[in-house]
Amino acid sequence: MALFTEAFLTALLAGAISAGIPLLLVGLGEQMSEKSGVLNIGIEGMMLAGAYTGFLIAWKTESMGLGFIAGAGGGMFVALFMAVLCVRMGLNQIVIGISLTLGAEGATAILHHFQFSRTYPRLPATLKWDIPVLHDIPVIGPALFGREPVVYFALILVAVFAYLYRRTHFGLALQAAGDKPAALDSSGVDVLKVRTVAVLTTGALAGLGGAFMAIVGAGIFVPFMTHGNGFIGIVLAMLARGRPLWVLGGATLFGACLSLTTALQVAGIDIPTDVIQMLPFAAVMAVLIVLGSKANLPVSLGTAYARGER
Amino acid sequence: MTSETAIAPESGGKERKVRLNMHDDRLHFLIITIGPVLATLVIASLILLAMGVSPLDYYGYIFQRGVMSPSGVQATLTRMGPLLLIAASLIVCFRAGIWNLGGDAQFILGAVFVAAAGPELVDALPAWLMLLLCLAIGAAAGAVWSLVPAFLRAYQGINEIITTMMMTFLGGSLANVLVKLVFLDPETTVPQTRTLAVPDRLPRLFDTTVSSGVLLGLAAVLIVHFTMNRTAFGLRLRIVGANAKAAVHAGLPVATLTVIVFSISAGLAGLAGAVSVLGQNGNVRADWNPAYTLTIVPLVFLARFNGFATIAFVFLFSVLSIGSESAARRLGVPNYFTLVTMATLLILMAVAEMIDQRRSKGKAV
Repeated sequence: MALFTEAFLTALLAGAISAGIPLLLVGLGEQMSEKSGVLNIGIEGMMLAGAYTGFLIAWKTESMGLGFIAGAGGGMFVALFMAVLCVRMGLNQIVIGISLTLGAEGATAILHHFQFSRTYPRLPATLKWDIPVLHDIPVIGPALFGREPVVYFALILVAVFAYLYRRTHFGLALQAAGDKPAALDSSGVDVLKVRTVAVLTTGALAGLGGAFMAIVGAGIFVPFMTHGNGFIGIVLAMLARGRPLWVLGGATLFGACLSLTTALQVAGIDIPTDVIQMLPFAAVMAVLIVLGSKANLPVSLGTAYARGER
Repeated sequence: MTSETAIAPESGGKERKVRLNMHDDRLHFLIITIGPVLATLVIASLILLAMGVSPLDYYGYIFQRGVMSPSGVQATLTRMGPLLLIAASLIVCFRAGIWNLGGDAQFILGAVFVAAAGPELVDALPAWLMLLLCLAIGAAAGAVWSLVPAFLRAYQGINEIITTMMMTFLGGSLANVLVKLVFLDPETTVPQTRTLAVPDRLPRLFDTTVSSGVLLGLAAVLIVHFTMNRTAFGLRLRIVGANAKAAVHAGLPVATLTVIVFSISAGLAGLAGAVSVLGQNGNVRADWNPAYTLTIVPLVFLARFNGFATIAFVFLFSVLSIGSESAARRLGVPNYFTLVTMATLLILMAVAEMIDQRRSKGKAV
């Protein structure tokens, strides 16, 4: 078939990874929050803050590396609010999460408006690292092994998190903070500290994901550019049920669907974007209907922990 | 902010506490309502000043447009119709312990099907029957879109936050496909449905431009409020929401009730879409999706699912959104500023509520 040419497959896979990496980062972040018992709906705002600060710093300093660090910082800044308001003060996580998303949407749009008015300056192409030997494999090579350093970082993170959750004391503490915070507390671990670390890490990852969208994906910052990616991250984290490798799988699937439009256009086939955009969601719904498995969320998800309360 | 923390009980001595009890009601009212609003005004003013805009002018325009000018008040009230229906939709499901976060798709699909059916039915049926039928179509479209999440939750125990959010993304795209490919008005260049002429829409109240959709919204919120609080059916739903396992032991048909709650909730969201089209827009354009649900969710929470408080919050929100659109135009403040104001207000209200709860807890001890 003419459809499956090398150019088409490379474009599809490269696009899937470009669209999937932000989802992977956000999904991994949300997974950590949810494990610790915090339903982080503010993650869309954290992403957007990361996209904005990441773009701004990359544009000002002309250093992509600094841009990514700033993006993670921007996400963490929004997460700081979440940590103080929801973890420390125990406010409703849904209310605060949505508020932070709204606030970050407004704040980044206003800041962009005053700095750039209606212009959208474009960043130069990002530095790529070619991995020797592997990079020469057809299709997979250029799509996967000749990428931006952040891509490798995100992929390594999957393994790191899998190890963290299964083998380390901190992983166990995270799980306990989400399932039975009182037990964790009585074993002498500070629940609020564990949750704070989790939320801040989430912010950094979401910010990095947003920065990736702005710096690598688009090369520009546009208000509201994260476009529900944070919410897809929440869905991914819930579907993955605590397993980082599943987040990777889900992010790749969603990424592939999102990039299918561009890839099909490369192949000269025109399908309405709206139809393509339905694909990943339809796929997941179909899986859920067929498999009908029970979702396995932490018991204390969404509830604040206050010591000595019953 | 500082004014609220100062009246928190832990900061005062014994005498202070006694005095607090004496002024209990008034203080309560101040903390919960006025405090956060004032604090938000102060914070927003600081941001406005930083942007080089006079806060007084800005608030002046909001107040003028949202509350004082007749056309502004009418726009505010018309805007309230769909918002109240969405609020009612959320109250039903949240009190029954069900997270229907798919309201945006239920809304937009309700709107699209009504926009498609309205112009077709308008010549065939008497006006009142056409309107009733359209409202029913909107509600049905919303309810149908929630069936899959409802059954998955009721019979498979699959978390409805995931499924309803999936259905929201799906529904948003489906609505676009329908508008662009199926229900397209061939006579316009912009992809949109055929337009329902103004006389064929929901009747306006008296001699104003206020759509009677606002009455539907008010009625929905009040009916939901009383059903949930005062009827046996409402009690059943609240038991399911409080503890589904206990509800099973009490002999309640939890699965059936879950599907019913989904249908009512999504039906109300679909109705909101219908009211939006029948009362205000008259058609649906491609890529139109106001995504109201997400902003109404926190309002409903802050109102603690109380119908009357919800109406007050929705009114406040409508004034703010209508008023700031005008203020934004006149002062060159981007419209996004409303988002920041809303976020600040919601956070401060949540903080105030927490302080209030701690205060009453402290009193009980």
